Amino acid sequence: MNDSPAAAIEFVDVTYRINGNRTLISDLNLSVRRGETLMLLGRSGSGKTTTLKLINRLLAQSEGKVLVDGRSTTEWDVIQLRRHIGYAIQEAGLFPHYTVEDNVALVPRLERWDAARISARVREVLHLVGLPYDEFAQRYPDELSGGQRQRVGLARALAADPQILLMDEPFGALDPITRAEIQHEFMQLKKTLQTTVVFVTHDVAEALLLGDRIALMDSGKIKGVFAPAEFLRSPDDSVQPYINAFRATQHILDSGA
Amino acid sequence: MPLPDFFVAHKHEMLTLTGEHLWLVGVSMVLAVAIGVPLGIFLSRRPGWNSLILGANNIMQTIPSLALFGLLLPVPWIGARADRLAILALTLYALLPVVRNTYTGIAGVDAPVREAAIGMGLTPRQLLWQVELPLASNVIVAGIRTATVITVGVATIAAAIGAGGLGEFIFRGLAMVDNNVILAGAIPAALMALSADFLLGLIQRSLVRTHH
Repeated sequence: MNDSPAAAIEFVDVTYRINGNRTLISDLNLSVRRGETLMLLGRSGSGKTTTLKLINRLLAQSEGKVLVDGRSTTEWDVIQLRRHIGYAIQEAGLFPHYTVEDNVALVPRLERWDAARISARVREVLHLVGLPYDEFAQRYPDELSGGQRQRVGLARALAADPQILLMDEPFGALDPITRAEIQHEFMQLKKTLQTTVVFVTHDVAEALLLGDRIALMDSGKIKGVFAPAEFLRSPDDSVQPYINAFRATQHILDSGA
Repeated sequence: MPLPDFFVAHKHEMLTLTGEHLWLVGVSMVLAVAIGVPLGIFLSRRPGWNSLILGANNIMQTIPSLALFGLLLPVPWIGARADRLAILALTLYALLPVVRNTYTGIAGVDAPVREAAIGMGLTPRQLLWQVELPLASNVIVAGIRTATVITVGVATIAAAIGAGGLGEFIFRGLAMVDNNVILAGAIPAALMALSADFLLGLIQRSLVRTHH
């Protein structure tokens, strides 16, 4: 984006009520900088997934504005908006009747790229997520492990080279070892991409590891936005339980050493 | 006369009635699929209509077929010709399994798959044709399979209102107390039901395989 406003995504006084009564998000103000990875950290029910879905209009806010590339999501053509934004979710949501290649090629095909460009791009993104094309392209999702499925989900989200990537606890269902591997790969991947990432997690360690900044959510509100180092030093009451949880694991590690 | 000789002697009539039977079943099934699949898709979009449409269909199934044929007799245009009437009644019977399976098949698509599809910018039409219908297809075919087998059986009753088909033999045989005549209708009808079941079963399995 060349006419780029400073923020890739901006929430302005956003409130979301379900069926017009129960308030899930209230008066949310948040600005996601271009190219950064912003972690939405919070407990279940804190509104982080709801916040994420307001960005690609899977949900529509009751009040306020969500701006993507400076334009209100209500002014975007919703299909164009979604194709412009990569989306990766916990269960990956791969199409079980499509091969890995067809899954990854989905958005480029919808966007009518020519065949040669699609095929080159599929190879490229599969390589990026550590899945050799020759070995994996023709497999079906049920022939993959959980970690491999998640990698394909990430490759699919990246396929159309989106400026913005939304990730909803993408590694949440993986075993700890696979999870650590894929987190590490994601950190490497981030260095090569200029993508703006909004990443939902309930895991403090993941937030500290992957985030450029962490937005802490509780009861539908943002309690604060911190760089990882600030987060650990913050005296804020809502931050303390997370730090304690994080320190507890650290403590176990230290005493074991 | 032994059964095989009886069949040979009556092979022309058997072929004609089998042809009529196939026609009744075929036209009814084409109509049931043409109406039932869109209706099932509609239900998946507006589940509020579920109880009304599936309920009406269920009631339809409880009406004895002979009574339904009789009830439809006074309907204009339809009642004027026995085959129209039979086709309407058979279509109504076949509808429930087709509608219900289309609806359950679509509703059974995994929520994350649907959510990812919408989140990546598939239009509602693309979601239906590229995701929901392919993934629901084996359940839909299973419904069509059930409906076809039922229809082959119920269609024998159509002979009672003069719509032809293999029921002609069965009713005639009952009146004549002649097992050969009854079997001349019953055996081809049974074979037809079995073949339909087998063929649609093959299609269903092939769909399961390609979709894993």
